[in-house]
Amino acid sequence: MRTILEIKSLTMDFGGLRALDHVDMDINEGEIVALIGPNGAGKTTFFNCITGIYAPTEGDMIISRPGKKKTRINGLKPNLVTEKGLARTFQNIRLFANMTVLENVMIGRHCRCSSGILGAVFRNRATVKEEQKVVEDSYMILEKIGLSEYVNEVAMNLPYGAQRRLEIARAMATEPFVLLLDEPAAGMNPQETRELDDLIVRLRDDEKVSILLIEHDMKLVMSLSDRIFVMDYGKKIAQGTPDEIKNNPAVIKAYLGEETDA
Amino acid sequence: MFLTFPIMVIRVNTVENVVEWRWNNMIIIGAGSFFLSFVWRYLLKKKETGNQKAKPVETDRVPLSQRLFEDHKIYIPAAIAIAVFAVIFPFVFSMYQTNIMITALIYVTIALGLNIVVGLAGLLDLGYVAFYAVGAYSYALLNYHYGLGFWTVLPIGAGLAALFGIILGFPVLRLRGDYLAIVTLGFGEIIRLVLENWNEFSFGPSGIANIPRPGFFGIDFSLRGATIYIYFLMIGLTLFTVFVVNRLQDSRIGRAWVALREDEVACQAMGIDKTKTKLTAFALGATWAGMGGVVFAAKTTFINPASFTIWESINILCIVVLGGMGSIIGVIIGAFVLILLPEYLRAFSEYRILLFGAVLVLMMVFRPGGIISNVRRTYKFEGLKNKTEMS
Repeated sequence: MRTILEIKSLTMDFGGLRALDHVDMDINEGEIVALIGPNGAGKTTFFNCITGIYAPTEGDMIISRPGKKKTRINGLKPNLVTEKGLARTFQNIRLFANMTVLENVMIGRHCRCSSGILGAVFRNRATVKEEQKVVEDSYMILEKIGLSEYVNEVAMNLPYGAQRRLEIARAMATEPFVLLLDEPAAGMNPQETRELDDLIVRLRDDEKVSILLIEHDMKLVMSLSDRIFVMDYGKKIAQGTPDEIKNNPAVIKAYLGEETDA
Repeated sequence: MFLTFPIMVIRVNTVENVVEWRWNNMIIIGAGSFFLSFVWRYLLKKKETGNQKAKPVETDRVPLSQRLFEDHKIYIPAAIAIAVFAVIFPFVFSMYQTNIMITALIYVTIALGLNIVVGLAGLLDLGYVAFYAVGAYSYALLNYHYGLGFWTVLPIGAGLAALFGIILGFPVLRLRGDYLAIVTLGFGEIIRLVLENWNEFSFGPSGIANIPRPGFFGIDFSLRGATIYIYFLMIGLTLFTVFVVNRLQDSRIGRAWVALREDEVACQAMGIDKTKTKLTAFALGATWAGMGGVVFAAKTTFINPASFTIWESINILCIVVLGGMGSIIGVIIGAFVLILLPEYLRAFSEYRILLFGAVLVLMMVFRPGGIISNVRRTYKFEGLKNKTEMS
């Protein structure tokens, strides 16, 4: 197993508040890693730092893909981070609500295309070909994720579970090697959660992406992840396999509080 | 009813110092508002039931306007009829009518430009008229100082306007919504005030006169001939605009604009360069205003800063909003309605603005999407076609 994303002592301050305090993490190739922790532990901030929405105060984020040089992604703009191969979904669904499902995925393809203004106006052969390919690729992605029945539906009319999956489809369209899922199962019913479970495993096996997910559904986390990181108050308090985490006293304390003799 | 009381019922005759009580008016207003409230409620009710009915079948029903454009039986004869009408128009109608039509066409062009910025990219721009002014003044000044002709300045004016679009674009990259609107408003005013006060540069409020009309291989036209020439020129420019804007909208860049409008954060997270996308929207939007401005200067042969006030920006914005944001056909219809109606309603000129306001309010309540608002559905068809081709 090779490490493909390495995060070293990531720190993020908002004014006087330290939202992340020297967090280390590494993700290996083809691994599903979960990041858990009570509300307000800094999980989403952690995501926002990695994907460039916030610029971290301190720390290093390094990606090393096989066959490519190691790159630091600190301080890159979100679109450049995505171009480097880290794609994310959002905790509160952020689809392009008034665009169709297909178009949503096509936006994901944007950074892998190159046609410009002149191409758009003159519609030369390269542009037409590229557009055609974007449509086809997007459709294939939708088919894989199981959304092809909704292709031309406007995104906001989709059922909740499908919207969540569309976010994943859109992120997959950017051809990531690490997929960051922010609470993908939030608000889903058990049936949808099971489907999501299958989907995530399938993405890992078929598309060869590593997955980092934030999730509160412990059943999903325990069955899915190879390793788990636990955060509380901006600090990493534990890491290990699901079994190790289940029995870790620090984790139990963070979630349930301390046992007192009273 | 009571609010109108002082205006409509009491009239003070200042000459004879008597107060007239016009009770008749009060009855009319009472009856009128009573009736209007019924209409209002009926429309509201209809809207609600309409929404309920429309929801379940919406998925497989194509909207009427869509059908109109897809169905060649209707579409082709309609297009031919419009084309024929457009061609014979200046020969059949008077020069006054032709001039009005030219104005309307100029507004179509610049409104389509604003449509890129507001309708597609969702950046509320209240200073759009500044680019119009840039176009107009670049023709007037370049002609005055260097004797450059219309056809040379048309691209230069467009380019300069695009440049100004980028200049405006840079500082407002981080802004959105209300803040953006205020800054663009300020920008529009700055341009106008500079033109008004920098006498050495722009001849101040007295403006620039004797701007030549566009030439056609050195032929001199009579006034009527020149008007007709500009008319056809404007038809050509409008068609060109529609063609380009349509293609832009339907491209990778157009999609990025819409995504930017829908959700800026998600848009960036999906790998779209926000800076580049916003700047292209501002620049391309401004380009059309620049061209419109050049034609405007050539048409009126006289320009001064009074033509480029904030009211003008609002007017163009109204065209886009009323017509339907993001919809090309909608914007064209909007431009014709908002420019032609006031011209032909000159008889009621006192009530023009009142009527105008009423129409806007009614539109926003009952059809917030504008006259035609189906951009995404147009896209839908393309997707479907591609899908069937593939499977």
